[in-house]
Amino acid sequence: MTTAQPEVPVQELDEVVIRFAGDSGDGMQLTGNQFTNTSALFGNDLATFPDYPAEIRAPVGTLFGVSGFQVRLSSNDIHTPGDKVDVLVAMNPAALKTNLSDLKEGGMLLVNTGNFGKRDLEKAHYSDNPLDDPSLEQRFQYVPLDLNEATLKAVEGSGLSNKEALRCKNLLALGLLYYTYSRSLDVTEKWLEGKFGKKPQILDANLRALRAGAMIAENSELFHTRYSVPAADLPKGTYRNIKGNEALAMGLVAGTRKADLRLFYGSYPITPASDVLHSLSRYKNYNVYTFQAEDEIAAVTSAIGASYAGALGMTGTSGPGLALKAEALGLAVMIELPLVVVNVQRAGPSTGMPTKTEQADLLQAVFGRNSEAPMPVVAAASPGDCFHAAMEAVRIAVTHMTPVMLLSDGYLGNGAEPFRLPAVSELPDIVCNKATAADADGFLPYSRNPETLARPWAIPGTPGLMHRVGGLEKEDLTGNVSYDPENHERMTLLRENKVLKVAESYGPTEVFGESSGKLLVLGWGSTYGAIRGAVQRAHSKGLSVSQVHVRNVWPLPQDLGEVMSRFDRVLVPELNRGQLCRLLRSEYLIDATSLPKVQGKPFGSEELLAHIEEILA
Amino acid sequence: MSTTETPTYKKKDFVSDQEVRWCPGCGDYAILNGVQQAFATLGVPKEKFAVISGIGCSSRFPYYMDTYGFHTIHGRAPAIASGVKIANPELDVWVVTGDGDALSIGGNHLIHAMRRNLNIKVMLFNNRIYGLTKGQYSPTTVPGMKTPSTPYGSLDAPFNPIAVALGAGASFVARTVDTQIPHLKEILAQAHAHKGFAFIEILQNCVIFNDGAFEHIVGKEVRDDHQVNLRHGEPMVYGKELDKGLRLTPNDIEICSPAEASVWKADGPTGANAFRLCQGSETAEVPVPIGLFRQVERPVLEDQIHAQVNSVTEKLGEGTLEALLGAGETWDVD
Repeated sequence: MTTAQPEVPVQELDEVVIRFAGDSGDGMQLTGNQFTNTSALFGNDLATFPDYPAEIRAPVGTLFGVSGFQVRLSSNDIHTPGDKVDVLVAMNPAALKTNLSDLKEGGMLLVNTGNFGKRDLEKAHYSDNPLDDPSLEQRFQYVPLDLNEATLKAVEGSGLSNKEALRCKNLLALGLLYYTYSRSLDVTEKWLEGKFGKKPQILDANLRALRAGAMIAENSELFHTRYSVPAADLPKGTYRNIKGNEALAMGLVAGTRKADLRLFYGSYPITPASDVLHSLSRYKNYNVYTFQAEDEIAAVTSAIGASYAGALGMTGTSGPGLALKAEALGLAVMIELPLVVVNVQRAGPSTGMPTKTEQADLLQAVFGRNSEAPMPVVAAASPGDCFHAAMEAVRIAVTHMTPVMLLSDGYLGNGAEPFRLPAVSELPDIVCNKATAADADGFLPYSRNPETLARPWAIPGTPGLMHRVGGLEKEDLTGNVSYDPENHERMTLLRENKVLKVAESYGPTEVFGESSGKLLVLGWGSTYGAIRGAVQRAHSKGLSVSQVHVRNVWPLPQDLGEVMSRFDRVLVPELNRGQLCRLLRSEYLIDATSLPKVQGKPFGSEELLAHIEEILA
Repeated sequence: MSTTETPTYKKKDFVSDQEVRWCPGCGDYAILNGVQQAFATLGVPKEKFAVISGIGCSSRFPYYMDTYGFHTIHGRAPAIASGVKIANPELDVWVVTGDGDALSIGGNHLIHAMRRNLNIKVMLFNNRIYGLTKGQYSPTTVPGMKTPSTPYGSLDAPFNPIAVALGAGASFVARTVDTQIPHLKEILAQAHAHKGFAFIEILQNCVIFNDGAFEHIVGKEVRDDHQVNLRHGEPMVYGKELDKGLRLTPNDIEICSPAEASVWKADGPTGANAFRLCQGSETAEVPVPIGLFRQVERPVLEDQIHAQVNSVTEKLGEGTLEALLGAGETWDVD
């Protein structure tokens, strides 16, 4: 409907970073997601960063109730949602106060002036109205608009109460941005029709608000320029926009299908991992069984029970939940059954900051169980990579008969990016170690595959293979209870070597940049995009920097020590106090440098680049 | 077809090659013997049995059964059994647990398994003491008892396992006795035939730390007068000569003549009478009930889960990798 008028100039941009910020009830996540989907279908590369409070509906207008959604769209290949923003949409004083410092000089500041009354200002702890500051107009492309009034006018006569009508203001803001960034309203209109098809009054109001936004932008002098961000030149293929938690669930399903197993997912609701449970519970026609357990312990133990019964048991949680599961994971180590344990990490010890991101559960994942209880650990690097990391976790669990920890985090889980859908033929084959009734003669439940040291999976119901397993130390081969000292040491080493042998199944470590040089930036997990961006910028400045990103955090790749030795220095940026760095130093006796950050926020590429330049100066 | 023939077993077919390591005189020997005898009569191929336990003396049980067995971790057996049963409803899943395992560290899992009504059978060996950790008081220990952790007497009010099971909504609730093998076998067979969760409290003697804890109920000289066996549809009659009866009045439970005894109903909408009966004092004149407290039909969770999966699969078609990867709004880059 919004045909550009010839007199409005359209300026082409390589990329733009937009942040929608408002009250947690203002629908900022929805608005951001709609803008993202529209841009994805348009063909931009993009990355998103939803940032919201733990309170579902924090008191209106408060600083702690601000909910933000940042999206970066680009015509280039990008890896992070961006550091500073080009456009800030501030729906109230609290959103302005908490976000203005991230807006670039000269960026667009769209403010809903309708929410800047005395009470609103007080709640945001403003003594004076910040909009009276004349420097706003000098520093930014300042667009003050009363979105409340505009929304009420747009939906006038729809029969909705004022309160209901005002709920549509986020769509009005979205319409403004769609026009300004030369985007069609089609995707959102279609989505609204699907969502409110049975509530025609609400649908009509929302459509009117959305269209009014575009109309206002077209006719207002405040919007003197239109922009366009051309489609990105992404590798050939079919894409969809995907969030990390959705990709992870999809990867778990795909892996289980490739292994021809039933998927059982036991889980207890916890932020930010619950979306994995939600996604999997919709995949029922993929032989997927989800079980919302009574607690974290039941979630993991029911999954262990499912694996014992011949399904692939999985559980998902975040750090505090993982702490509760630790004893059961020791059992899974002892009975040597496949199990996938997802940890979507969040910030802080105890309850910490549930909606903020961190990577501080690495040592918990690798070592956090009583006694010697080794377990492979796989870490996802980006929202789309959650799919591949999940398949890798399934592969290791099933092939090597072991529990596997799959690490993601809040930033990956809630963040989205275009995901190139792999062809079915690209997916790895996954082979199970099932024993059958034909193996009954002289069956030994703790005999081992010589290549992997995996034991056979003898599933209840199979005639002739009756045996007992449990948490007591096993006698080698028979699996009978044993307190023999030599046997305990032998079994401890067998379990350890079985896990170490997983590293034999990895491909060679990939180095981005020169294979040797002055500095290697070595990361794991969700720092991938920020590191890649920083290293690319360092390359354009002619710096001798390369990147290695570790997918298999435990056991570490067998060639990693050799790769690191080709560089003068190794820098390890992590959203923790240096956990991988500590592991590298103890495993390889190398003088790696830690770059820790624990603010509940991801690294930015510029931030990392500054550290790289400082080290190389 | 040979695969559908009812297998004929003897008790010894369920005896594993492992040496039994309970204390001589432990009530667990009698229960093991009873369970092995009972399993032989259930008509289930032995590879279909999964015997799952937690931690404690009783939880060593799976090692001695020549079935599939899983000795898990403290308190978690009902949760593990839930996963087993949902993943494979064909299995005959039995949980062995104790008063500490089931009612203390694992209390949460037990009540939720009962509420969900999975078709699993839980045998709780109640000896009113922690045996394997050497004699501390348990959640069923009688107040005042001196144990290593209560040298001046236990102060905790105990759980009544039957009341817990009734309160949590178990669809089958029964009590039996370690040494009363015919009764134990009868209860196990009823539990097996029940479609849904079955909770069986087994009064069990710990010869080392709580010897004779139930002697006033199960002792050979007193048991006829101190027990009443609840059978659905039969009058509550007891005594060596079956010369006494129990009568439920609106406010009380009275001893009466056999002719006046109330007919026991284990179904009913609320289980209120079962709750009244299980509260009976062990020292009063009124006998302690054993047998079937409650049996009702309720939807079985794993049946419902599988029905839901099947109906969704029927509606949407079986998911393929192509469909999985191609779902959602996609676009092509050429």
